[in-house]
Amino acid sequence: MISADIAALLYLVAGVLFIMALRGLSNPRSAQQGNRFGMIGMGIAILTTLALAAPSDWVSWVLIIGGIGLGGGIGAYMARTVKMTDMPQLVAAFHSLVGLAAVFVAAAALYAPEAFGIGIPGDIHAQALVEMSIGVAIGAFTFTGSIIAFAKLNGNMSGKPIILPARHAIHIVLGVAMLVLVWAFTVSADPWLFWAITVLALVLGGLMIIPIGGADMPVVVSMLNSYSGWAAAGIGFTLGNTALIITGALVGSSGAILSYIMCKAMNRSFISVILGGFGGDSASSAAAAEDDRPVKQGAAEDAAFLMKNAGKVIIVPGYGMAVAQAQHALREMADLLKKEGVTVKYAIHPVAGRMPGHMNVLLAEANVPYDEVFELEDINSEFAQSDVAFVIGANDVTNPSAKTDKTSPIYGMPVLNVEDAGTVLFIKRGMAAGYAGVQNELFYRDNTMMLFGDAKKMTEDIVKALGH
Amino acid sequence: MEATAGQTADVIAATAHAASGGALDPFTFRLAIFVLAIFVGYFVVWSVTPALHTPLMSVTNAISSVIVVGALLAVGVQLAADGNWISKAFGFIALVFASVNIFGGFLVTQRMLAMYKKKG
Repeated sequence: MISADIAALLYLVAGVLFIMALRGLSNPRSAQQGNRFGMIGMGIAILTTLALAAPSDWVSWVLIIGGIGLGGGIGAYMARTVKMTDMPQLVAAFHSLVGLAAVFVAAAALYAPEAFGIGIPGDIHAQALVEMSIGVAIGAFTFTGSIIAFAKLNGNMSGKPIILPARHAIHIVLGVAMLVLVWAFTVSADPWLFWAITVLALVLGGLMIIPIGGADMPVVVSMLNSYSGWAAAGIGFTLGNTALIITGALVGSSGAILSYIMCKAMNRSFISVILGGFGGDSASSAAAAEDDRPVKQGAAEDAAFLMKNAGKVIIVPGYGMAVAQAQHALREMADLLKKEGVTVKYAIHPVAGRMPGHMNVLLAEANVPYDEVFELEDINSEFAQSDVAFVIGANDVTNPSAKTDKTSPIYGMPVLNVEDAGTVLFIKRGMAAGYAGVQNELFYRDNTMMLFGDAKKMTEDIVKALGH
Repeated sequence: MEATAGQTADVIAATAHAASGGALDPFTFRLAIFVLAIFVGYFVVWSVTPALHTPLMSVTNAISSVIVVGALLAVGVQLAADGNWISKAFGFIALVFASVNIFGGFLVTQRMLAMYKKKG
């Protein structure tokens, strides 16, 4: 047993260690140490709680050790086996669990308030009830929202937005109903109202995410990250636990910033993403204007020849590269080029993957050194000085009409200036439009050479041609 | 005997309460921590390199599972009153979920970060 003062200080230490865990991520070199700080902080928080309120019966200890063992085992297995392309799904799944844990902790506090120091059964402090209902509402919302996001990312559900008629009206009615329920619960502390809030938040979470299209999933995943933080903070207020309050605030602002970065990278407003409907049929009308202008087409040997004789090649990978599992072949190609004395760099658009920073992880997995990988704003001016831009599995993020064509749905979105390079090599299966349903002007430029085929097969063929 | 996390913060709050001449409510104190932590989070997260945004998400996932402290309190409740077994059961479920996240989140972050290598 330790005194409450010591425990409070230890929780503060845990909170500070979590801050340092995020701080470590400012650089890949300090990141692993930061992660260890996070683990230590979590260990301190758990041990402090156990020392502070040590259960006196063995059943509780069995449940605690068994619960951590069971959950920990599942978590460790998932962490070890998940494929890096499936990272967005894993993160969405984890968000749903944070949401659900928040719901269950709030429910536990409702039925045994004395253990949490917020009153006695039937007489819980009104303030704790408000905090509890906010925590449970956000938690339940995060749970179903993340489940839908998971299903969309994992392909269990179509990425197309599902638009219910009058959905905005439905959302508003449900939102108002939620406020009424929270008010009623605060006044009466009736457990049934608690569960009504939970169910309503579960429904609302699902309804809010269903109309959002697959293209906007990076924003959704970031947004749910933020919500899981606010849910934790809500519970932190109920429990009066500083570690939980600090963490909730950190995670909440982290997710919010990532959502902002993703929105900006797509030139979309946060509100329009939330309202949903993007990436569906409405956008495909622009693509319907099929083009039969001629394009220059090349083979793997042409590409190999061009790049071998180049001074500088910038590779622009997109999610299509990851889908085709071409990253390893791509790195091999880059290695061969470097051996020929060619400078090779990678240019990453913020929404190149399915979640923030996803492409960087995929390249790191393929052993691409992180100091060869550059963000859009750091490398965009370099295209003009490079001989070849090698676009693999990306499309919309290279579309020059985002800069010039005011009628384009992606107008204003920051894009990579690949057209400034001496030659643009563009690997693509066919002439289909990109994710946003927009035709890419780049294909018809004089300095563009289309390489039609599967990204992995084409890259392997280039590797072979470079070997000769 | 039944010292709890709730009481801990109340101690901090009580200290602040005393220091402020009795004018400060515990909630105000917690709100101050919350608001300051949002600002800390804002600045710390902006300094995270975009290359590490995916590990940032998985690690924030792991640390937000510090909600496990609530689950532990619930699992450890004394089975005295009627409603307590419900709390114990809910606490156990929350404990399992949070543990999945803690281990899964930190380990997958570790796995990703180990892949980031420098040239040469």
